[in-house]
Amino acid sequence: MTYPPNADPRREPAPDRPDASPAVPAQRGVRSVAAERLRAVATTEPGRLQVIGAVLALLVVAFGAVTALEVSGRASAADDVVTRSQPLSADAADIYRSLADADTMAASGFLAGAEEPEDVHAQYEKDIKEASRLLVKAAAGTDASSSSAGEIRTLNELLPEYTGLVERARANNRQGLPLGGAYLRYANQRMTNDLLPAAERLYAAETGRLSTDTADARRWPLLALGAGVVALAALVWTQRRAYRRTNRVFNRGLLAATAAASVVLLWLAVGHTVARAELRAAMTHGQESLDVLNKARINSLKARANENLTLVARGAVLTADGTQDKYETDYGAGMKALGEQLTTAERLADDARGRAPVARAADAVSEWQERHRRARTTDDQGDYDGALKQIIGAKDSTGESFAQVDTALEEALGQEQSEFTGAARNGRGALGGLPVGAGVLAVLGAVAAIAGINRRLSEYR
Amino acid sequence: MRGTGHRSARVRMRGWGGVTGMAVACAVTAAVTLLPLAHGDGSHGVRDTGRGVTSAVRTTAESCVDPEASLPPSGGGGPNIDKIRARGKLIAGVDQNSFRWGYRDPESGTLEGFDIDLVRAVAKDILGDPDAVIFRAIPTNQRITALEHDRVDIVVRTMTINCDRLKQVSFSTAYFQAGQQVLASKGSDITGYDRSLAGKRVCTAEGSTAYEALEKESYGAVFKDEHEGTADDPDLLTVPNQLDCLVRLQLGKVDAVVTDNALAAGQAAQDPAVELKGDKPFTTEYYGVAAKLGADDLVARVNHVLEEYRRGGASSPWMRSYQEWLEEGLPGVTGPPAATYRSD
Repeated sequence: MTYPPNADPRREPAPDRPDASPAVPAQRGVRSVAAERLRAVATTEPGRLQVIGAVLALLVVAFGAVTALEVSGRASAADDVVTRSQPLSADAADIYRSLADADTMAASGFLAGAEEPEDVHAQYEKDIKEASRLLVKAAAGTDASSSSAGEIRTLNELLPEYTGLVERARANNRQGLPLGGAYLRYANQRMTNDLLPAAERLYAAETGRLSTDTADARRWPLLALGAGVVALAALVWTQRRAYRRTNRVFNRGLLAATAAASVVLLWLAVGHTVARAELRAAMTHGQESLDVLNKARINSLKARANENLTLVARGAVLTADGTQDKYETDYGAGMKALGEQLTTAERLADDARGRAPVARAADAVSEWQERHRRARTTDDQGDYDGALKQIIGAKDSTGESFAQVDTALEEALGQEQSEFTGAARNGRGALGGLPVGAGVLAVLGAVAAIAGINRRLSEYR
Repeated sequence: MRGTGHRSARVRMRGWGGVTGMAVACAVTAAVTLLPLAHGDGSHGVRDTGRGVTSAVRTTAESCVDPEASLPPSGGGGPNIDKIRARGKLIAGVDQNSFRWGYRDPESGTLEGFDIDLVRAVAKDILGDPDAVIFRAIPTNQRITALEHDRVDIVVRTMTINCDRLKQVSFSTAYFQAGQQVLASKGSDITGYDRSLAGKRVCTAEGSTAYEALEKESYGAVFKDEHEGTADDPDLLTVPNQLDCLVRLQLGKVDAVVTDNALAAGQAAQDPAVELKGDKPFTTEYYGVAAKLGADDLVARVNHVLEEYRRGGASSPWMRSYQEWLEEGLPGVTGPPAATYRSD
């Protein structure tokens, strides 16, 4: 860009200089020159029109800029919801679930005897791998100073300790030593007291961040709306003024500018209203259901682990008051919470596709409880082997019911997840194009406003 | 409640200080007398001699001079026997964590051990079927509660007969002689139940005689958990079952374990890197079958079973069970402790 200024050096400065130098003597300061000009501007109509034109252009451009900025903020928050915080919340739920499942599998494998069934051990390994993988992923998506990062560190430290305990349990078990059972109880104690609470806190923190991001995306762009109203009011005022002074009804430039500003304002209002509504739907129909279903699934896993441990411990571990079997009590508490959460989930599900798997899970839970009661009776009558079959057998066992509950809940989660993602994407989409559109329209509007004013100005020449 | 249990136990101990003191004196005397015979060889003779004297001075159960003396054996019945017969099953409180005593064989999934054999012998005698048993695994500190709340008919779970417990449950005659001993890693500088325990973290089972022994004299060992007995109890130094101590010892969370030598031998058998410290147990204790306080018909019946169980010298059921389960870890026992009966 070195040449263009040199290309037309004579046209621009030529009219300027004769204007400025003879009218203002060199002795007078620059300040008084400006004051003189302002006076001229304020007192003559062309001067006023120039100012009005400049202000109008500025207002329209400012409106466009503020809109573009604010909406980009909302859109990126909506984008965070879809691409970061919701997946992180879902991952945290998965970490929690994998850990609970691993503990359940460890207890099941132990119950089956010295040589645990291959599929049970494979599932345990898969759970641990899944938890490790998701922990790495979660660490990458988390600010190192946040509380989530602290929980992730805790889990990363405790997970190898836990797997070490389970391996010790397995090794001792293989040798026929009762020490294996003691290690398994200790591993379960660590899982229940340290790992699962950390995973639960991580899930709560990530879900909290999801709510914050959604609230950010849903906040009204008040600055942009205000700027739009001000710009439109200024345009209307200018046109009214022109009408009063000249009796001219239409000024094409100003009309175009008004139209552009109105379109941006409408687009902003409607687009954001839609985005708000979609994000709200994502939260109420998707995320709330997801939250309840995740908790239900984790409770079903905990209840299953406790049910298994009832047979592992055979009454060797009691509640703090020493009157009840600890694992049986925990099983009961887990099943009760599971039942309540399924009722809530069924209420939250907004269509038949969402309700069907939840209803199936609820049926399986009833059957599970019935079978559990029968197995307990069998065990209480002294038939340990019979009870074992009713708990971990392949057919008509509580294990079968548990698997049905888990499958149904997985399906329900998938359903709600797609509902969430769909709605959140729609919300994000409603804001798409708005920043660029607002910018382009604002520039066009400003140009039109200036053109419109110039048209009036030319009448004075 | 566990906390209350501990507290009330301590209060009781203060209240019965005199009796406890007597019991300690009694135990010390017995220990001194029996020192050369701590491993059981030929102990009957000495004990019988002692018995003759103590039985004579004994007047009521309250005085508790000779806690091992039990009701005379009887093959007859009574309300408690009838209840078991009506049910068709004997409910026995056992351990599933005491290697060779009562433990779940991971291979077969069944409970096995010296205590389990004895339970089956009782079931066979009362119900004619050694398998007519409902086994309930109970934690150490629940042995008495389980009886008081009728959750089990008998407790056969390496339970030491002592004067404190006699106020809460009835015991059969002694069926095994044991004593407390310290278990630690082979490389540890702990030498036994002595000053070498100072500052060391020592693990015991909640409600065990080992814990009571440490409460009386701990040699500066750390053996109580924070928040003991509450829901926040970390179960680190005091644990539900003695085997949990070996887990903590292997993980380096405690330095030593105090438990019965019979159980400690079971722990050492599962971990070649640990050993019993000290030449011999620092107490002498006798295991008995416990029944609910006042279940005299059942106690007499169990004593009757034990009579049969001991009979036969080297080929008695007792010796066969000993050889099968215990001889490897606790060699040198030539026979069961002799039964002594109350004279009142």
